[in-house]
Amino acid sequence: MEIVMSIVAGVLFMAGTYLVLSKNMIRIIVGTSVISHGAHLLLLTMAGLKTGAPPLLGLEASNYTDPLPQALILTAIVISFGVTSFFLVLGYRAYKVTGTDDTDGLRGPDAHD
Amino acid sequence: MFTALHFAIIAPFLAAILVPILYKLVSRIHTGWFVLLVPFLLFIYFIQFLPITSNNESVTAVFDWIPSLGISFAAYVDGLGLLFALLITGIGSLVVLYSIYYLSKEKESLNNFYVYLLMFMGAMLGVVLSDNLIVLYTFWEITSISSFLLISYWYEREKSRYGALKSMLITMLGGFAMLVGIVLLYQMTNTFSIQEIAASSSEILNHPLFLPAMLLILLGAFTKSAQFPFHIWLPDAMEAPTPVSAYLHSATMVKAGIYLVARLSPVFAFSGEWLWLVAGFGITTLFWGSFSAVRHTDLKAILAYSTVSQLGMILSMLGVGAAALHFDSIDNNLYIGATAAALFHLINHATFKGSLFMMVGIVDHETGTRDIRHLGGLMTVMPITFTIAVIGSFSMAGLPPFNGFLSKEMFFTAMLNITTFNLFSVDTIGIVFPIVAWIASIFTFIYSMIIVFKTFGGKLQLNKLPSKPHEAPFGMLISPLVLISLVIVFGFFPNILSYTVIAPAMASILPSVLANGEQFHVDIYFWHGWTLELFMTLGVVALGSLLYLSIRKWSGVYSLFPETLSFNKLYDQTLFTGERAASRITGLYMTGSIRHYLVYIFIFFTAILIATLFGKDALTLTTDNTAPVSVHELILAAMLIFSALTVMFASKRMTVLISLGVTGYTVALFFVIFRAPDLALTQLIIETVSVALFLLCFYHLPNITKDLKKVRFQTGNFIVSLAVGITITLIGISANGTRLFESISGFFPEASYDLAGGKNMVNVILVDFRGTDTLFEILVLGIAALGIFTMIKLRLAGRDRL
Repeated sequence: MEIVMSIVAGVLFMAGTYLVLSKNMIRIIVGTSVISHGAHLLLLTMAGLKTGAPPLLGLEASNYTDPLPQALILTAIVISFGVTSFFLVLGYRAYKVTGTDDTDGLRGPDAHD
Repeated sequence: MFTALHFAIIAPFLAAILVPILYKLVSRIHTGWFVLLVPFLLFIYFIQFLPITSNNESVTAVFDWIPSLGISFAAYVDGLGLLFALLITGIGSLVVLYSIYYLSKEKESLNNFYVYLLMFMGAMLGVVLSDNLIVLYTFWEITSISSFLLISYWYEREKSRYGALKSMLITMLGGFAMLVGIVLLYQMTNTFSIQEIAASSSEILNHPLFLPAMLLILLGAFTKSAQFPFHIWLPDAMEAPTPVSAYLHSATMVKAGIYLVARLSPVFAFSGEWLWLVAGFGITTLFWGSFSAVRHTDLKAILAYSTVSQLGMILSMLGVGAAALHFDSIDNNLYIGATAAALFHLINHATFKGSLFMMVGIVDHETGTRDIRHLGGLMTVMPITFTIAVIGSFSMAGLPPFNGFLSKEMFFTAMLNITTFNLFSVDTIGIVFPIVAWIASIFTFIYSMIIVFKTFGGKLQLNKLPSKPHEAPFGMLISPLVLISLVIVFGFFPNILSYTVIAPAMASILPSVLANGEQFHVDIYFWHGWTLELFMTLGVVALGSLLYLSIRKWSGVYSLFPETLSFNKLYDQTLFTGERAASRITGLYMTGSIRHYLVYIFIFFTAILIATLFGKDALTLTTDNTAPVSVHELILAAMLIFSALTVMFASKRMTVLISLGVTGYTVALFFVIFRAPDLALTQLIIETVSVALFLLCFYHLPNITKDLKKVRFQTGNFIVSLAVGITITLIGISANGTRLFESISGFFPEASYDLAGGKNMVNVILVDFRGTDTLFEILVLGIAALGIFTMIKLRLAGRDRL
């Protein structure tokens, strides 16, 4: 299963990278979102899948899934959410100020010429 | 210990601090008068060392600076150092005196001038009196910096700035090379002390770093001393005020390189390369400088090239003199004479070139021009200046009875001796040296005559002169008169220098030749009998006079070497192309497009990671530890892949949004399958909020084209992203296949209840074991919220309400 999940994470990274490389601001933000999904899945996969019960002591199982990566992912999810929402508003604001959502239109004055 | 000697070296720096204060407080008196005290007192102080050094003894005083690195401010006074210290302080006093009359109190910012000049003086003293190479290098760079400041003294002129930059770039280049050479020397000998390095010179002779160290240090010396082809900065440095040219660019700074060569001769001179390099570059510079000097019409440019050529002459004599080290005794050692000649000419050049520069400064000051095409007939108007010019130039040309004649004779002797030199089996080349030297002397004779007769001879062209010429004030004449009387005194009584200054300095350059208690025999006479050298001088005078009189006829010879091939052009072209190439290269990749930068980053990381994976043979594929695959998981995986690809290629923005939501919810489902209930909860909520946010954003962007612009498939982007995806997959698979050690997951089931009193392990980790993470994650959310709030509320002037 880990190999399948690695491939899935790879596909998510590919899709995210492709989106990030586009010129449209919204697509770039969507791309970061997709990449963070890939990263979260990869984190979970690397810890090993289905090694035991959910990490709740009340279940009284003999062995549990590793809780540490789950805690890390939880932190990462919240942070990426914060960043994504900030990016969204930033993109919105940039569009309001510059009137374009094309990153090529957002270049500063050219220093070399 | 900090001794009086140390104080003497840094005294100019301390005085430099006082200069601006005196300039502001005592504006009635020319600041130069206060400054004059410094070099004068130092000169008196250094004279006291003469009895010590003339017995071939030396004074060392060490003041620890950075003892852990072996760097100490070791002041070391021996014959060579003292000779230079006397030159620096003696000519320094005269130059300050001259500058008092040369620079106007009202028009010039004297505080700057004297601060720079004192800085330079202190740095120069530091260079010649330091035994520690790092300290020497420090002072060396201060001379470069203060020279830069002095050349650009009239900074509002473009040519001054150009000249200053040029000299800075070239001397700094050499300085850095020298620093590397010093470090290499340290690698070989484990000490920065010149005396200790010299003591171990025979051991390092066959060290592989010996030759690189030598070449790098020679590069430093050659750039500083304006040797061919690094001489190009010196003529442009003539934009400095004339006292500066007289001091820095004839008597002291340009001799720092010569000092270095002389000082390190005991270290390097046992190798044949040193000998031929120093002598070869010296003789080339001698010829090229004197040849170039003839074509110029600006008096200072002529003097600049003449300085270049004379420096080459001194250096070539030092090179030949180094051959003396290959013989153990002073008896029958032919090459000792060359070292004596080098030192003698060093002093002579400082006297006559200093006075000539001051003479030119007077002419410039009193007539308003330095162009020999406008000058002429000043002989009767400025008789004293004329006398100075005649004596200085004739000495430079090597005519009797002045000191230049004596050193030129000794120079010819040295050059003739090199023909008998067959130590390194290049004896046939040796014959080139006296011939080139002789031709160069003819050119020296010609430009010396040009300086005198084009300026003072001929007819007075009053209409071409900016101001009516008259004799200079007496104060301005004192310094050149002192120097010119020295020219005559050293000419008639050269032996007052022999055993006081020259012999001790020779002992520093050629220490291994002397047995215990021996002295060098330096006796300089006018009359050697009818020797070959005398006939060579006669030939110089005869042929030189002939060529001077017919100068118009053969001046076309200079067009044989076109201007576009000159070293100045090369320098300018190098700078220009360098700048343009740098700006082009930068412009090539710094496009300002974020897409390009991201592509660089992705390609770089992918390449590094893939190369490491394959290079380290880290690629593994094992299924030992993997969980079994079930059908519904495969279906979920396929769904995730499908939704990701939809996001990737969809052009309708609602499709993108819904697919993004599908991706997020599928990830949440995976969290459910993989036993992560808290993650699933969070993911579901956050995905919902994110999708809502995206929707909100889209809804509020009415002017953006309803659909995202038709997404063109971009092959380049796709290849890059495919590479990224494959890299991630490969790393994921490989990492999964290699487990180096057990995880710490066994800790949490036991500890979370016993230690933290919670049954939900993930939550216990979040708030108890690793609570700091959570704290800062909250901070991140808080900052994001505040940022969003400010961005929405922030009203820039003149913007519409959002």
